Amino acid sequence: MSEPTANPPPPDDTAEPEAAPRKQRKPVGWSMIFIGVLVAVCVVLVWRRDGTSGVTEILSSDIWLFGEILPRVLAGCLLGAFIAEILPHEKVSRALGPESGLKGLLIGTAFGAILPGGPFTAYPVAAALLTVGADFGATIAMVVSWTLIGYGRAIAWELPILGTDFTLWRIILSVPIPILAGALGRIVYVRMYPKKGRDE
Amino acid sequence: MTAALIIDVTLWGSVAVLGFMVWRRGRVVAVSAAREGTMDFINIVPRIALGVIGSGFIAAVIPPEVITGWLGPDSGWFGVLTATIAGGLTPGGPVVGFSIAAVALKVGGGPPQVIAYVIAWALFAFQRMILWEIPFMPARFVWFRAAVSLPFPFLAAALAMLIGKP
Repeated sequence: MSEPTANPPPPDDTAEPEAAPRKQRKPVGWSMIFIGVLVAVCVVLVWRRDGTSGVTEILSSDIWLFGEILPRVLAGCLLGAFIAEILPHEKVSRALGPESGLKGLLIGTAFGAILPGGPFTAYPVAAALLTVGADFGATIAMVVSWTLIGYGRAIAWELPILGTDFTLWRIILSVPIPILAGALGRIVYVRMYPKKGRDE
Repeated sequence: MTAALIIDVTLWGSVAVLGFMVWRRGRVVAVSAAREGTMDFINIVPRIALGVIGSGFIAAVIPPEVITGWLGPDSGWFGVLTATIAGGLTPGGPVVGFSIAAVALKVGGGPPQVIAYVIAWALFAFQRMILWEIPFMPARFVWFRAAVSLPFPFLAAALAMLIGKP
């Protein structure tokens, strides 16, 4: 489904531990083409249902939202770049790399749970972790933990709308999920990409 | 509005603190890291633009009433399955997702199904994946992450049935 050259595996740090890892930028891949087609279809559907005014209405509110999001995206990108610079590659791949075991998954989970901000911080930071040597498993644990047990969304939205009892119950049931998802990710990854999985 | 302000302050505060830490490692390092981040930003802007504008139109095609219909037609495992699909298809931000869950609870949806819905929404909501995850993360990672996450709404529902609601 994706472009093989665009996504280098977490590079092994045996070669040159001092060199700052450079991430390859993603070319336009199948995912974006797929989304583009899906969007085009939906635009046509909206146009047929609501006419041109329906289309421009959605477009203008989306452009407004886009303008609001942009500064945060810039902040997220800078955050990711600084983290990639500060975190020592060697230590990250030891703490969060393919050989990091349960501890790596726990660190990823804890990190995702305490990470402040929204998607504009979580995903750039997760991408930065991948660049500096975290493996898929630990990064999955981090992303899943951010989305399921991160406090930001729970406090801002879930508590007021769904109530304390339900929210706490939901979070307690969710606690094992990031670790299990990370572990499953590692197991599958090693089988899908046997060589890369055992690098290090 | 104040919540947005708090978010922006913490966000740019973190950028400033980390930027300072990078700066202490030398000017050259700081400039190159800042340039790297800015290049990432420039590269990501078209994707985010497509994501924002795109998910707005996709959301307009899927009205929330459709989602409510998918949530809780059945109280067993079939209900968990439709709740999981509904979670992934839910358009809009957290307000929409959590409100649909609250409505489902009020009209008698089973708690395990609602749990499955909220967790599936957190894991797979298409708007978040299109708008944020795919632009920022390697595509292979996103699909891999989603595939590996598939069992978990079901697992959480099973746990909810087993433990019951306190």
